[in-house]
Amino acid sequence: MAPILQLHGLKAFYGQSEVVHGIDLAVEEGGMTVLLGANGAGKTTTLRAICGMVRVEGEIVFAGKRLERRATEDIAGLGVAHVPEGRGTFVGLTVEENLRLGGYTRLREAPTNIERMYGYFPILAQRRRQQGGALSGGEQQMLAIARALMMQPRLLVLDEPSFGLAPRVVEDIFKIVERIKKEERVSVLLVEQNANLALELADHAYLLETGYVVASGSAKALADDPQIRRAYLGY
Amino acid sequence: MHEFLQQVFSGLAAGSVYASVALALVMIYRSTDLVNFAQGEMAMFSTYIAWTLVNAGLPFWGAFALTLAVSFAGGMLIERVIIRPVENAPVLAAVIVTIGLLLIVNSVAGWIYTYTVQDFPSPFPDRPLLHALITTRDLGVIAVTLIMLVLLFLFFRYTSTGLAMRAAAQNPTSARLCGIRVGHMLAIGWGLAAAIGATAGIMVAPVLFLDPNMMSGVLLYAFAGALLGGITSPVGAVVGGLIVGVTENLVGTYLIASQLKLTVALALIILVLVFKPNGLFGTAIVRRV
Repeated sequence: MAPILQLHGLKAFYGQSEVVHGIDLAVEEGGMTVLLGANGAGKTTTLRAICGMVRVEGEIVFAGKRLERRATEDIAGLGVAHVPEGRGTFVGLTVEENLRLGGYTRLREAPTNIERMYGYFPILAQRRRQQGGALSGGEQQMLAIARALMMQPRLLVLDEPSFGLAPRVVEDIFKIVERIKKEERVSVLLVEQNANLALELADHAYLLETGYVVASGSAKALADDPQIRRAYLGY
Repeated sequence: MHEFLQQVFSGLAAGSVYASVALALVMIYRSTDLVNFAQGEMAMFSTYIAWTLVNAGLPFWGAFALTLAVSFAGGMLIERVIIRPVENAPVLAAVIVTIGLLLIVNSVAGWIYTYTVQDFPSPFPDRPLLHALITTRDLGVIAVTLIMLVLLFLFFRYTSTGLAMRAAAQNPTSARLCGIRVGHMLAIGWGLAAAIGATAGIMVAPVLFLDPNMMSGVLLYAFAGALLGGITSPVGAVVGGLIVGVTENLVGTYLIASQLKLTVALALIILVLVFKPNGLFGTAIVRRV
């Protein structure tokens, strides 16, 4: 299958300092690619670079279109849904308003999409009139994913969905992500600290260290690599 | 008792004008973290536009509608051209820009229209109602303000643009990720604030008469109202503005000479800042960590 997203020699900067040093990466259409690495390896920065939130050099090609000169809101409009680090909840707005905002670029389909999201996440339906900030961490993560799906994206970018959540909640969320990937026919680019879980779900994996890709391949190959197992999987 | 109620009602009419300007201040504060000191002068200039249109022979409400549209466009233009460049500047720099804008708009108005005080027509006849408890003019001012508030409420509550504006004010980064053009939303916010101010100016001009310094007192009362309600709360701005209007009128009637009424606003601002800095409605958002 053709890749939906390709990075060629991508460099990303915070101010003057280069944080990501020219990486190549691809996400297959309908696939799930995971980006692994320690804190500070440049994972989140790479995701932010794709969505036009940091200064970049190099090429970002999404569905045949170059992204690197576009504004964040245009990239979202093209079909890249980014669930940011910290979940990006509109804490002062209700759950339903949060979802309506996710559907801002798809106003006509929004009402049916909201109902579909309540199907994936029944807890959000129960909490639809509550303020987003009053939800638990797990519920906010579900809300963030649902909000992103409201724009009917072709690529879902998830930044550490497991962050700060109990293991059982994490499992629930990943089960849903797998189901969504199939039913919504969306490709996924995932950043995750929980390497065991991520490698189980993903089909491709990249390992980042201090802004360089140091290993890449099928998720299975990386999971079987003894060096990676020792360094990242803990066995 | 009769006189007291009379003063309450005329205070409510003045208060609706303060409430409108306070609401305009709060809208801009919430979206850009900026107190727009030029809000009153922008309203004054809008009122001059209405005056010009009425003098050119337009019917009052036609001139009113056209002025609102022009003010909306003018507010958007000011955001794009003057405020946008200092968007990321330190807050003090941005505040000084709005103070500069205040002085410039005031001078331009004086230059075009001179500082001579002008008569401004009221769309409402000045007749006593309900045993002279309230005049038709005051009732008209209150009604126009109420209609405007209801329209604004419906806009922010039920339209996707209104929701997007609230989102952009609250979390610009997340709003961009949803595909919302945050810059456009800020510009629309300034446009709306300018139109709200224009309404206030046109409503108050028949009472205060029209001159380039007409709104300076109103702006001070509006600040007091916005702070009393909590500078982050639109509902608070409206309630605060009404309270300030009534208080000012009662204090001016019973306690101090009406020439000293403006000190009420100042005293209120200081009291609120000392005893309840968040205002009446400026409560923190519920958040679970």
